[in-house]
Amino acid sequence: MEHTSLLERILRGAALTLVVIFFMFPIVWIFMMSFQTNETILRIPPQLIFEPTLANYTALITGKLITAAGTLDIAFMRNLWNSVFLSTTSVAVSLLLGVPAAYAFARHKFRGSEDIAFTLLSFKFAPALLVLLPLTLYFQKLGLANTYIGLIWVYQLICLPLILWIVRGYFEDIPADIEYAYRIGGHSWFATFRKIALPLAGPGIAAAGLLAFIFAWNNFVFALVLASADKQPVTVGALAFITSSGIQYGQISAAIVLSITPTLALALYAQRYLVEGLSLGAVKG
Amino acid sequence: MTAVVSQRPKPSGFRISKRVLPYVLSLPALLVCIGILIPFLTSVVYSFQRYRLSQPWARQFNWGDNYISFFTDPKFWNTLKVSLLYAGTTVVLELLLGLAIALLLQKRSTLNNFISIMLLMPLMTAPALAALMWKLMTNPGFGVLSYLASLIGLQDFRWASSPSTALFTVVLVDIWVYTPFIMILLLAGLRSLPTQPFEAAALDGVPRSFVFFRITLPMLTPYILTATLFRLLDSIQQFDIIYAMTQGGPGDTLTVFQVEAYLNFFQSTNVGRSAALMIILWAITYFLSNIFIKNWLRLRERARGQA
Repeated sequence: MEHTSLLERILRGAALTLVVIFFMFPIVWIFMMSFQTNETILRIPPQLIFEPTLANYTALITGKLITAAGTLDIAFMRNLWNSVFLSTTSVAVSLLLGVPAAYAFARHKFRGSEDIAFTLLSFKFAPALLVLLPLTLYFQKLGLANTYIGLIWVYQLICLPLILWIVRGYFEDIPADIEYAYRIGGHSWFATFRKIALPLAGPGIAAAGLLAFIFAWNNFVFALVLASADKQPVTVGALAFITSSGIQYGQISAAIVLSITPTLALALYAQRYLVEGLSLGAVKG
Repeated sequence: MTAVVSQRPKPSGFRISKRVLPYVLSLPALLVCIGILIPFLTSVVYSFQRYRLSQPWARQFNWGDNYISFFTDPKFWNTLKVSLLYAGTTVVLELLLGLAIALLLQKRSTLNNFISIMLLMPLMTAPALAALMWKLMTNPGFGVLSYLASLIGLQDFRWASSPSTALFTVVLVDIWVYTPFIMILLLAGLRSLPTQPFEAAALDGVPRSFVFFRITLPMLTPYILTATLFRLLDSIQQFDIIYAMTQGGPGDTLTVFQVEAYLNFFQSTNVGRSAALMIILWAITYFLSNIFIKNWLRLRERARGQA
């Protein structure tokens, strides 16, 4: 069948090794930095072998950083909680609103349905600040600036189009005949939706929810513009952290590790759904 | 049949609800549309105004002045140039690299699947945090990459803090984050190609370069187009990586559209100019996304037709 020479196999192996090193090195390096004290971090040349310490993590978790100059308060745990709360709530709200809407788009061709769908799709690609900057002024007038409700509302702009488009595609793939058969059996519209459509579209809903969570968690600009310190998620918090605590590189690394672990763990745990969602969202819809 | 009909509880009520139901269900989507359209129209209005947050009393319509002044504004041309350069460089490099990696991982094996899962990790890292990670690694004092650069003779390589290498550095971070995206799409494409043409080519002893350029590449084109346009739309709007890394600096080296609009709004409080910048960026993305949506709908039809 396929005959590959030894040379080619060596070259392929070398290329793959380089690829893995390039894409894995930053994560591994930051992970290692997070277990070092500032002294070992600042040593030149950089050390591969060091005595690991948990001091950075305890400082973040207890919120107290003890330095020679005195004790410093760190609000990083607050940022982490904000990220968890904002992402989870936004995705839950999005699923609640978006899945029935996706079903309506897939099953009922009504007047204006394509217009709504098209508007949502084309604005999925519009620059975020185009919408966000006027919103900041509106939010200040409405009293929604720097509130969780306001942020969750705005996060719908990330989650809802994604869920609508991916889940709609899954609903469209379910043959309508199955649902008709169930309806003829005398079941209500809602029972059909719950017992037939929802379970069949389950993998799609899971993929969409997972992607929406990751996009919400990784979002930066929405919270940068609309939230102040006590409501900020990790993406914005970690940036502020750098300037406020100066040169505590160990803690910054530990903060980055804590911030990226949830999405990485989710991605690894459910990578099949994720790949499906990504390719569907891009190619099929 | 009669039994079924008699089971229907209230025929008239059911009919009305059936007509209203889709509208009720899609109400949230409609609300989101309105929620997007109102600020969008507000932006259009702002872009035709002289509007500075610091001088609210001087707010008035100046119609096209914000746009007209762009023609003679070197800062605007710099923004346009940097944005296009950034988008072009990242997309071309990520496409080449993503295609190469997808080809390397094409064969289904435990090792290849494991590597492709590992490569998901940069994509799952928040771009703003990825920029922070690279900022730590390129720190002139202790950064491991600065150290490695000095080993290969690049003494005092300043990465993102020097105007001559700042673009290179943010492009590198963009490549690190987003190449896996293209790789995943193209890998899915490669693995879904029909096998017959390749078997026939192998049987006929066709050279592999011919197979690649005449069979693989044309069949992969829809995937490549989709991935390219997706990335292009995203990349021309890049904010997170550049803002987290350099805040548009040093100087105005990296003031791409969104960064420039953000700085205009919050630092010089020039809402009118900021809105006009966003409208121009929107026009560019609208043009690109129209191409994309048409192509995407066609692909969707084709995918349906084959299924």
